[in-house]
Amino acid sequence: MNRVIKETFNSLVVAVWFMFLTFPIMAVKVNTVEKVITWRLINVVYVGICAFVLSFFWHYLMKKRLKKKDDENTWQNLTALKLKQQKKLMPLLAAVVIAAAIAFPLVFSGYQVSVVTTALMYVVLGLGLNIEVGLAGLLDLGYVAFYAVGAYTYALLYHHFGISFWIALPLGAILAAIFGVLLGLPVLRLRGDYLAIVTLGFAEIIRLVLNNWSSFSMGPSGIADIAQPSVLGKTLTLKQSSDFLYYIMIVLVILTIFVVGRLRNSRIGRAWIAMREDETACRSMGINITRAKLTAFALGATWAGMMGCVFAAKTTFVNPASFTFWESIIILSIVVLGGMGSIAGVILGAFILILLPEYLQSISQIRMLIFGACMVLMMVFRPQGIISGIRQHYRWKENT
Amino acid sequence: MEYFLELFFSGLTRGSIYALLALGYTMVYGIIALINFAHGEIYMIGAFTALIAASILALLGISGLSLLVLAGAIAVVYASSYGYTVEKIAYKPLRNAPRLSPLISAIGMSIFLQNYVLLAQTSDFVSFPQLIPDFEFMENYRSFMQPSDLVIISTTVVMMVLLTIFIKFTKIGKAMRATSQDKTMAMLSGVNVDRVISVTFITGSALAAVGGVLISSHVGQINFYIGFIAGLKAFTAAVLGGIGSIPGAVLGALILGCTESFAAGYISSDYEDVFAFGLLVLILIFRPSGLLGRKPSEKV
Repeated sequence: MNRVIKETFNSLVVAVWFMFLTFPIMAVKVNTVEKVITWRLINVVYVGICAFVLSFFWHYLMKKRLKKKDDENTWQNLTALKLKQQKKLMPLLAAVVIAAAIAFPLVFSGYQVSVVTTALMYVVLGLGLNIEVGLAGLLDLGYVAFYAVGAYTYALLYHHFGISFWIALPLGAILAAIFGVLLGLPVLRLRGDYLAIVTLGFAEIIRLVLNNWSSFSMGPSGIADIAQPSVLGKTLTLKQSSDFLYYIMIVLVILTIFVVGRLRNSRIGRAWIAMREDETACRSMGINITRAKLTAFALGATWAGMMGCVFAAKTTFVNPASFTFWESIIILSIVVLGGMGSIAGVILGAFILILLPEYLQSISQIRMLIFGACMVLMMVFRPQGIISGIRQHYRWKENT
Repeated sequence: MEYFLELFFSGLTRGSIYALLALGYTMVYGIIALINFAHGEIYMIGAFTALIAASILALLGISGLSLLVLAGAIAVVYASSYGYTVEKIAYKPLRNAPRLSPLISAIGMSIFLQNYVLLAQTSDFVSFPQLIPDFEFMENYRSFMQPSDLVIISTTVVMMVLLTIFIKFTKIGKAMRATSQDKTMAMLSGVNVDRVISVTFITGSALAAVGGVLISSHVGQINFYIGFIAGLKAFTAAVLGGIGSIPGAVLGALILGCTESFAAGYISSDYEDVFAFGLLVLILIFRPSGLLGRKPSEKV
């Protein structure tokens, strides 16, 4: 009984605090032109009631979280175990998913296909950034720069020379990789957050140059009328070409999953993970840090370059406004929310983060509010992401 | 020469605002190694609160310098409360989480606060009343320096001095320095680390609110998005000076402000950000831990 009273009192305090906090911004609205002040005191009452109720939930979840913390480690082992058991089912599962993915455009409308294509693009972007952030531990806040490089590669090549999508795709990837190395070289000595801000600055510089160097990039008005990919020179209808792009994305996603999965368990992938854990220790084990960092930047950027080409082809229009810092943040959120270093997590994260705001559009007024709140709650209650990356274990087998 | 001075003072003004914001970043970073992405939003909320408070106070018949001080004080109180609450909700539960989780939580908080103001107020630019009075003795210097420049620069200097005294000579300031050097050791010596962190957030937010009120009055309009850009720049300034170092943040902010101002004045305002970030990259290449930053010791 005593506990109930105490918790009610606590929640009351929280409610009053939030009423105080939201008072000026929620209750008063100033029209500075006509010098009129509108009072909306009822809003504060709503806030108080909501805060009172939510505070109970918060305390309850916090208590549960504390309990869970004790068996955190065993929990991770459990997922590892579960996945191992599922290994046998994996080919079957993959077959079902691929079949569903192929049938998808036949059943659903062009709009749905287009939305899912976007989500698939973010899957690849997430997996690419995952190489840099999740595996190599290089916090990159300017990943969108490589995306822009890819998009402008195709846009400019098409605009000036009429070069087709299929030639631009590998070119965009290569050019983005070169930019990755160019960015990587000067920042080899930087660590953690210094690296983050330099990558951010690099991306901003690229965006601003694209925005202002009009004779090169057409400035803020962008480049329009970029051709969508074609098959054997045939012209496709609108629905056909959007479906075709969707299938291209499916193939690219499968390719990315395969390559990134193989990379992770390769020599260089293990070097990345070692570097992420401890740079000094890693160097003393004879790993070439310079090479590991540069390959991480280059291989991460490659995917963004490819996606840039796909983006240009999908929207048939590029301008610098599509490549803001915001975009980098979304991609980073996909990686962290999904679970760093985990491929399945990144895929899930991309679908959630791209599809959720899209389908919440009916309540568009508050969707970004909910989105932000979800990000905070997600991190508070599950900081390792939806699916945490599983470390490779080597077990000593006794010969008995 | 006059043009040069004009650019110089406008750069100093800009730099002062960046400095007020950058201090919040650098103090929080020094203590819990977190890039507080929501810091720019606190600055924006400070500006909005001041706007609302000033409008109500103006109706009550208050004007002149006292209006600026009162509205500013209310903004400081509210911004500090927001800073305190944000820390309790979004960062405190994540003390021992993986390093990137608080960063994402901070980004989420930033999105949340932006949209909260957007929904509760408006998405348009709102005109901000000119709270900084027009001093008459400034008449002779008007060609290169506005009264608001003078007020902003001198307020910033006063704030810096107060902050230095606070950190150097008070007990809680000492606890802050101890916590930023070694959190565990500070805890063992009886420092209430949770309280120190709260105080850090409150101080940082108060400084941000002061900056928000002054620059909004200088520029004359605000919207829900102003915090994002300013926060980005201030963070850049903090890194430029060496993140975690308080004099570094001020130095970095002033350098950044002047660079932008001169680049905009002599070259092209389209490229001012390019120069700002270019300078950052250049400095970090030659001094990887910023101008006044300590080189972190490498441990295995």
